[in-house]
Amino acid sequence: MTDFSTDAARSLAGPAWLVDRRVGAAETFAASAPPDVADEEWRYSAIREFDLSDFVLSSTTCDAPTLEFAIDSAAVVHTVNGRVASVEMADDLVDAGVYVGPLAGVDAGSALLGAVSVEASDYFTVLNDAFAAEPILIRVPSGVVVQRPIVVTHHVSGGRVAAFPRLVVDVGTNAQAEVLDYHTSDSGPLLVCPVTELDVAAAGRLGYLNVQQLGSGTWQFSSQLARAGRDATLTASTAAFGGGYARTRSDVRLAGRGANCDLSALYFGDGRQGLDFRTYQDHVAADTTSNLLYKGVVSDESRSIYTGLIRVRPDARGTNAFQTNRNLKLGENAWVESVPNLEIENNDVRCSHASAVGPVDAEQQFYLESRGVPTGEAERLIVAGFLDEVLESLPVTAMRQQLRSAVDAKLDRQAQLSHQTQAEEALS
Amino acid sequence: MSELVIEGLRARVGGQEILKGVDLAMASGEVHAVMGPNGSGKSTLAHALAGRPGLEVLGGSVRLDGVELLDLPVWERAEAGLFLAMQYPTEVPGVALRDLLRASASTSDNADEIGSLMRAEAQRIGFDEKFLERPLNVDLSGGEKKRNETLQLGVLRPRFAILDELDSGLDFDALRLVSARVEAATEEDAVGVLAITHYSRLFEQLRPDTVHVFAGGRIQQTGGAELAQELEDTGYERWSDSPPPTTSGSKLGEDPFADPFADPLA
Repeated sequence: MTDFSTDAARSLAGPAWLVDRRVGAAETFAASAPPDVADEEWRYSAIREFDLSDFVLSSTTCDAPTLEFAIDSAAVVHTVNGRVASVEMADDLVDAGVYVGPLAGVDAGSALLGAVSVEASDYFTVLNDAFAAEPILIRVPSGVVVQRPIVVTHHVSGGRVAAFPRLVVDVGTNAQAEVLDYHTSDSGPLLVCPVTELDVAAAGRLGYLNVQQLGSGTWQFSSQLARAGRDATLTASTAAFGGGYARTRSDVRLAGRGANCDLSALYFGDGRQGLDFRTYQDHVAADTTSNLLYKGVVSDESRSIYTGLIRVRPDARGTNAFQTNRNLKLGENAWVESVPNLEIENNDVRCSHASAVGPVDAEQQFYLESRGVPTGEAERLIVAGFLDEVLESLPVTAMRQQLRSAVDAKLDRQAQLSHQTQAEEALS
Repeated sequence: MSELVIEGLRARVGGQEILKGVDLAMASGEVHAVMGPNGSGKSTLAHALAGRPGLEVLGGSVRLDGVELLDLPVWERAEAGLFLAMQYPTEVPGVALRDLLRASASTSDNADEIGSLMRAEAQRIGFDEKFLERPLNVDLSGGEKKRNETLQLGVLRPRFAILDELDSGLDFDALRLVSARVEAATEEDAVGVLAITHYSRLFEQLRPDTVHVFAGGRIQQTGGAELAQELEDTGYERWSDSPPPTTSGSKLGEDPFADPFADPLA
């Protein structure tokens, strides 16, 4: 018997419409079968090792951990176990009519929640619909430009807790914003199923950066669902470092003519981590452009999965859609699966996909070493350089240094492990 | 005074013996030209000295002041004082020249002055400082790549520099600046230079003390600077009698999966 019952959904606080919505979702969830690796969507995933009944809903909350970096932000929302711990917002944002805070307190909340995700629901988005304790809304009215990034942090804490963070970002016509969505958790066994909805209206501009620094025992099933309207510009990026098994599904619908989306991710797995990415570039309208670049590094016994689909609908003539996934495999026990795909229903398009998996390039290694750079340091430079292409393209530029440090921390760990191995070999 | 001594160096690439016993000795401040026809194995000699992967050394020795370089990993050869300016410098995305030289200097004693040294070197060869921040060799023209190599030579101050076709891809002005810089290195820092090239145009500014004719995987003749001009005038035809490094017959014997009835002219 699991904890994720209709009664449990009904007991969560909120206005009547939200409670009704949760109960409806819990009923749908109760009637649905868990995904299986036999489903194409879940191929290569670790879903068979996952058991929802290992986890419990949490009603407790604690103080949000202090951010380990400083960022000059326009607003900050901290959440713990899917509940708001604090909201701070600059006065000029309030004056401009920007809203950052709990979605339930906003009149339009019921229309905004699920407006994007309804097109792309699955087992875990439904679970989030049923148990998201306190959805967050960022709303930027038409014509308003928010200069500094809006920061949302999510922390998951406790024993075997399941958390369902929900973030809705609504960027109005010709409005502009940048959002940092930062995820952390304790180190024990935990479950987090975040759903993020990004809705960019006509000529709106949104930069969204998701940073995943979860603890090593956390299961993550994340859904980032986006819709770009006419001539809208969306840059949506993910930097994934943590988690035990962390899956990120990213669906972008280019719904308005002339919409433009740049999608990127960098990831670095080590230990026995599994990092799993599913992307979907759905070109609905004409003259739309999507450009996807995912680059990752796997070391030790870690695994990465990339599967992506570009779909061009019959009306989407003049589509430009590109999809590239490149992986560096450090060591023989790391494992990479990379499966790009195209599905094109219009002739007037330019599409391409590419994927690559390989070790550190021997020629590059030789070049650096031939200048007197020691072997380990040369490899380090090449790996950091490999990820730099994505790093340089990320929105929320103030985070770049922080992300470089995260890459460095991973590389430091690799260097330590290799020293240990050498020391052990020398002893034996 | 340092000394680089190559003795009986033999190496193969892809199952084919390319270097068939190379002997050469040189001292600090000397300039040795290695000239020969295309495909004679000149670049392989450069790669064998630097320790490029994919190349198998079959025998011989390469000693720098008595230290056997062939026993060392690539970077320790560089630390011992060897530098290779590559014919086709490798692109390394995301790694700036500045990062490379810092990482290299971290093992030496000039780490503090590396920044000013880089700028001074860039100026000496007319290389825009913006290239210090650019990823290595990415989107650089042939000439820019060669200046990049020369700048590194100037900063790293090796004991011996191997220049693999440094003149290729350079226009006249760049060639003059680059070869003058290398010539200066032989005087200021007593760098010994092993200049591998097909043509003698590098030697307008960089004056060779010794010229070796390289063909068929070994040095065929050694002479003074006048030999370079002679080769320029007469070409390498007299060396075309040197046994070509490959024959289809021997390859057939080595490949267990080859079709023994295949038409050799096909």
